[in-house]
Amino acid sequence: MLLEINNLAVEVEGKQVLKNVNLSIDEGETHVLLGPNGAGKSTLFLSILGFPKYNITQGSIKFKGKDITNLPTSERVALGIGVSFQNPPAIRGITVKDLLKYESGQNENEELNPRMKELANKLKFSEDFLNRDVNLGFSGGEVKRSEILQLLAQQPDFTMFDEPDSGVDIENVELLAEELNVILDKHKRIKQRKRSGLLITHLGYILNFVKADKAHVLMDGEIACSGNPDEILLEIRKNGFTGCVKCAQCL
Amino acid sequence: MVLQDVLSVRNVYEDAENAKDKKAALGTDITIENFSSEEVNAIDVIDDLNDLSKKDQNTLLSVGVDSDESDRAGSFLQMDQSNIFTSELSDNIELMNTGVALEKYDWLENYLWNAVKPDADKYTAEAALKEKEDGTFSGYFVRSKPGTKEFFPVQACMFIADTDIMQTAHNIIIAEENSELHLITGCATGEDISSALHVGVSEIYLKPGSKITFTMVHNWAEQVEVRPRTAIKQADNSTYINNYILTSPVNSIQSYPTTYCEGVNSKALFQSIMSGQKTSNIDMGSRAVLTGHNSSAEAISRAVANDSAQIFARGHIKGDKQEVKGHVECNGLVLSDDSSIYAVPILEANSTGLELSHEAAVGKIDEDEIYYLTSRGFSEEEAASMIVRGFLNMDITGLPPILADYTKKMIDMSVKGM
Repeated sequence: MLLEINNLAVEVEGKQVLKNVNLSIDEGETHVLLGPNGAGKSTLFLSILGFPKYNITQGSIKFKGKDITNLPTSERVALGIGVSFQNPPAIRGITVKDLLKYESGQNENEELNPRMKELANKLKFSEDFLNRDVNLGFSGGEVKRSEILQLLAQQPDFTMFDEPDSGVDIENVELLAEELNVILDKHKRIKQRKRSGLLITHLGYILNFVKADKAHVLMDGEIACSGNPDEILLEIRKNGFTGCVKCAQCL
Repeated sequence: MVLQDVLSVRNVYEDAENAKDKKAALGTDITIENFSSEEVNAIDVIDDLNDLSKKDQNTLLSVGVDSDESDRAGSFLQMDQSNIFTSELSDNIELMNTGVALEKYDWLENYLWNAVKPDADKYTAEAALKEKEDGTFSGYFVRSKPGTKEFFPVQACMFIADTDIMQTAHNIIIAEENSELHLITGCATGEDISSALHVGVSEIYLKPGSKITFTMVHNWAEQVEVRPRTAIKQADNSTYINNYILTSPVNSIQSYPTTYCEGVNSKALFQSIMSGQKTSNIDMGSRAVLTGHNSSAEAISRAVANDSAQIFARGHIKGDKQEVKGHVECNGLVLSDDSSIYAVPILEANSTGLELSHEAAVGKIDEDEIYYLTSRGFSEEEAASMIVRGFLNMDITGLPPILADYTKKMIDMSVKGM
């Protein structure tokens, strides 16, 4: 198992947000995390990432068989975890290019490698754009494309995407999804896929372009239901999250 | 009439005498008597900047003064009270010691103690009285000839080599009509300088249609007191750009360069990068007085305070006419509980129909920024230092490409060395 979360409980600023969370993601699998606003989806992401504000009070997180529950974020990233944020902060004086060089293992004085230049071009970024301070004055779509570009540089084994299509023009969703599929090894045969992912999505639109193997519904800090993504989405669209959970309870 | 008589007629010395004990309005008060006066031209001149020790050459380089003089229009080096090197490498400029220039040009006396008043405070008074006592002038005179646009910068360096001394300099910078002049001035101290006082008077004049960029880099020893006194006079359609970079510790520095945008469409831009470390007491301001029709000014500063440093980042724009515009921006990062930043933006509007604005933000490093970078693989410490460097490494605008590139490298270098 690539990622194994057992009985996880998380507090944020003294308030319990997640409880009894169990989740396992295998190599080559893509899971999707659904749930209403405030259910704790982002908290789960950031707990897996190890941000200090997210206090794990119970349970454990294992990655590649190693207990990472108490590891600092940078060490988790070094092990192969990556993330694309929904609303990343703007940082003055640090350019997209600075980050891309670091993420692709280049020295800061080197010229950006041709592979990254090509990928940037594919994501409709000009050279000038790469010299801009990261996220400063970016449009919603630019933020998302810049996050994906950085993940393409990083090439993580396990990637979490927080609402990767929110704020993106419809015409660019497909473009973005194409690169998401690259990050998730979707172009490979199922058995050859090594890289895995967890997607947070509100409306599920991105799932028209990125196929998930399993879906989970998070309600009030707990995974209330897991199963086939298409069936669960259909149920949510028909009866809302509450109906979906009720259905799960009947099973 | 001899120069001293002219200045006496203009009451320069009398005014200075009266201001001998006048404390500066801002900054810690320095006891001038604690520092000894240096003899003028006591140090031998050198033929080449490469004749300096490697260590001194490196110190010069850290403040932007290249001893190879590559891509430079000229060089001036004052060590203590001695002008030990001058070179003019371009026909577009004139560069020499101020005393020499005053002997050469009678008209220059009109520019002396004109923009800066001798009785501004006890430091200007001391500088004026020292000139009278020495019977000569230290500092440099630089002038760009009418209609010329010199691409390469002139480099000037004020270097303190002896301990416990007071160094004074009186610089006069003139951009003639429709000319362009770029200056890098670096101020530094040699090794083992435990304490010293630097008083630099700079009077800058921009004729119609001219442009000056003045980039000053300071790298003083920890116990040095620095009191630059700078004023600028701008005629019609002139542009003045002032860049200031300080990233090493200093005991105290207080300066408030002031530009008088008297000409129609005159423009000024001040950009300051300050890093306060150890016990540094830094009081840096930028002031613009807008009296020319359609004149405008911007004062932007970035300050980072660490250890027990104290920084006052001031910006003052005074609008005295309609249709003038001004903007002050002070941003600061406080990195330790014992350090402090006071951001003081001042807007003064004395007419209708003008546009003055300011923004100031002082705080600690945003945790979200640190965590974002850790999610890309940086450790928290690496992330914090990257953010500080990024914050200080603002894009200096208004310089020609080569100088912009060089300045960026210089900022990079000094910020990395913090």
